[in-house]
Amino acid sequence: MEQSTAALAPRGFDLGQPVIDVDIHCNVPSAQALFPYLSAHWREYIAYSAFKGPTDTAYPAGAPTTALPGTRPAEGGPPASSLALIREHVLDAWNVEVGILNCAYAVESLHNPDTAATMAAAVNDWMIHEWLEQEPRLRASIVVPSRVPEMAAKEIDRVGGHPGVVQVYLPVVSEAPYGHRRYWPIFEAAARHDLVVSLQFGGSPGNPPTGSGWPSYYLEEYVAMSQVFQTQILNLCVEGVFDHFPTLRIAMIESGWTWLPSLMWRIDKDWKGLRREVPWNMQPPSDYVRERMRFSLQPLDASPDPRHMLTLIDQLGSDDLLMFSTDYPHWQFDSPEEALPAGLSPTQRRKILSENARDFYRLSKQ
Amino acid sequence: MVLAAERTDVARAKRRLAVIDCDIHPNLENPGVLDKYLSKRWQEYRKGVGGRGFAGSYYPRAFPNAARTDSHPPGGKPPGSDLDFMRQQLLDAYDMDFGVLQPLLGSGGLRNLEWSAAHASAVNEWQIENWLDPEPRLRSGLVVPYEDGDLTVKEIERRGKHPGFVQLMLAIRTSEPLGRRKYWKMYEAAEAYGLPIGIHFGGQGGYPITGAGWPSYYVEDHAGMSTAFQAQVISYITEGVFEQFPGLKVVLIEGGFAWLPVLGWRLDAAWRKLKAEVPHLKRAPSEYLKEHFWVTTQPMEEPPRPEQFLEMLDMGPWMMDRLMFATDYPHWDFDDPFEALPKVKLPDGFEAKVMAENARALYKLPVRAGRA
Repeated sequence: MEQSTAALAPRGFDLGQPVIDVDIHCNVPSAQALFPYLSAHWREYIAYSAFKGPTDTAYPAGAPTTALPGTRPAEGGPPASSLALIREHVLDAWNVEVGILNCAYAVESLHNPDTAATMAAAVNDWMIHEWLEQEPRLRASIVVPSRVPEMAAKEIDRVGGHPGVVQVYLPVVSEAPYGHRRYWPIFEAAARHDLVVSLQFGGSPGNPPTGSGWPSYYLEEYVAMSQVFQTQILNLCVEGVFDHFPTLRIAMIESGWTWLPSLMWRIDKDWKGLRREVPWNMQPPSDYVRERMRFSLQPLDASPDPRHMLTLIDQLGSDDLLMFSTDYPHWQFDSPEEALPAGLSPTQRRKILSENARDFYRLSKQ
Repeated sequence: MVLAAERTDVARAKRRLAVIDCDIHPNLENPGVLDKYLSKRWQEYRKGVGGRGFAGSYYPRAFPNAARTDSHPPGGKPPGSDLDFMRQQLLDAYDMDFGVLQPLLGSGGLRNLEWSAAHASAVNEWQIENWLDPEPRLRSGLVVPYEDGDLTVKEIERRGKHPGFVQLMLAIRTSEPLGRRKYWKMYEAAEAYGLPIGIHFGGQGGYPITGAGWPSYYVEDHAGMSTAFQAQVISYITEGVFEQFPGLKVVLIEGGFAWLPVLGWRLDAAWRKLKAEVPHLKRAPSEYLKEHFWVTTQPMEEPPRPEQFLEMLDMGPWMMDRLMFATDYPHWDFDDPFEALPKVKLPDGFEAKVMAENARALYKLPVRAGRA
């Protein structure tokens, strides 16, 4: 790319109003950074086993998509591990009113359930103390040991009442689709604390990320992540979770959304023919999508023709679905003007920039 | 329900368009029918061990044989197993120029690869004797043991020149993503024989059927199938199959198509950033998408407003030359040739191309005598 590496990162843009950014990543710099939040037993376990934390397969450290040039802290550590830089590059640069932190700490890749639960709790305490309590503009998604939903529910109960916690983080690639009854304790706990449940790019539960085995390239896996989101949406719609948990709200983060109209057309059609198999679905599945799901704006995966983006937004059948995101520090756009589709109406713009997220995350109550 | 035959004349008079149906399912009268085409060893095997595929992907299909309730031939045979009844209910009823068969008998998913090959050969011989020879309007896919390259090449060499076979027939859920090198021997032979790779809904490859494990319901198996197609398209393009085999054509059968244009944009967006990983790609991924893929129409995504179908076409105008009509007879989600296209003014020439001409060109089928 032409831009100099230093110029790319702090490149916010005055969008004419304060924004709510629903996807700011924060990264744990090292397992040792969590030591203040771990017991002596686990500190010793980490030291003895040389455990460095879960392997991050969703975002290879050196891949161009993983981090914008200029986002690596001068003092060391991975991009998005410094609050000072996030203030500079995101919160100040984009005039962020509220920013939601998403920490892709892949505890679902840990087979030992106690390690997964312990590390998740440590990450959450680290986020609360070192991010939320230092910066009033930030909110957080909490990491949970999703493979053992009862333990995940316990963690939600432990920290879900913190005023800065607004969401539960689930990796979209999972052992089973999240609508399965085995996961309902997670939704039940989220409902107890009125938290949004989010499905986010990535996940390493051990099963392949496609229905036909393991792809060869990261590019392939990256693109195909949108198929996993589609699978989860279809499953959540038909399994009845929204009927069973009437306040449940689910956010799809870094999912893309241009495929959503065609998916809704397809699943509504199938529902017409096969709904007696899922008789609790009293309305077309796309109604659940529009009423109970929201999507982060990036990645846009945009058409070369900007008209198409407006058409797709119209085809969503609601202006409430998209929520502004920078996806910092991931490389999603080359110039700040590309952060939003061109040609939005003033109402659409205002909703995407802040109102949709404010309503969905109940931010005005705080 | 109005029977197809009752309204045929009116509709035909209205449109006068040729119809080629790219997805028709012939069925065995009973499993023993194949014995005639199997060696003694495999006859015994069929009766003994039987078909051992990858387990765990069975979702009861809402209807027996997933069939339309009116598609059971007189005499109690299974839907799709009686040529005369198929003529009456489909080929004649809609005055079709041609129909392309897709036998769903599971040959390619059998774990014993020698058995998979013997089964595929038997299905092909059965097709020739019972369908292709007696009915000149029918064509079919050559069934191959696609999980093994050498055995697949053998079957292509054995029967790939038979004029009734216009493509290979695979199922979309395979043991590895279809772009991987394991399958390249098949592509080399298919390219040499001028046979497109036809890939139909279904199959089982030994993994959960989605990237998020096993779903619970048939409605997910069915509607979710389009995600299996999307993942395979991504694999074909990313692995560089079309750089290696520039003449290769892939036909996606029963996977939907409204997702195609937006998938092209997403591939391009990711490729612009990650292309160093795939230096074998010489062009933007969407270029390969436009050039190498054909798609059958059924089951068509149905937008709430028919005009949105036009919006979708506007996002992928190249689809006008790529979509090929299909009924999926005798299955429950059958699309009626006279009713299936959206009730909206379609682009000039769209109906003729989609209902027959795209398939005629791809499969090199003749113009029927007497057609304008």
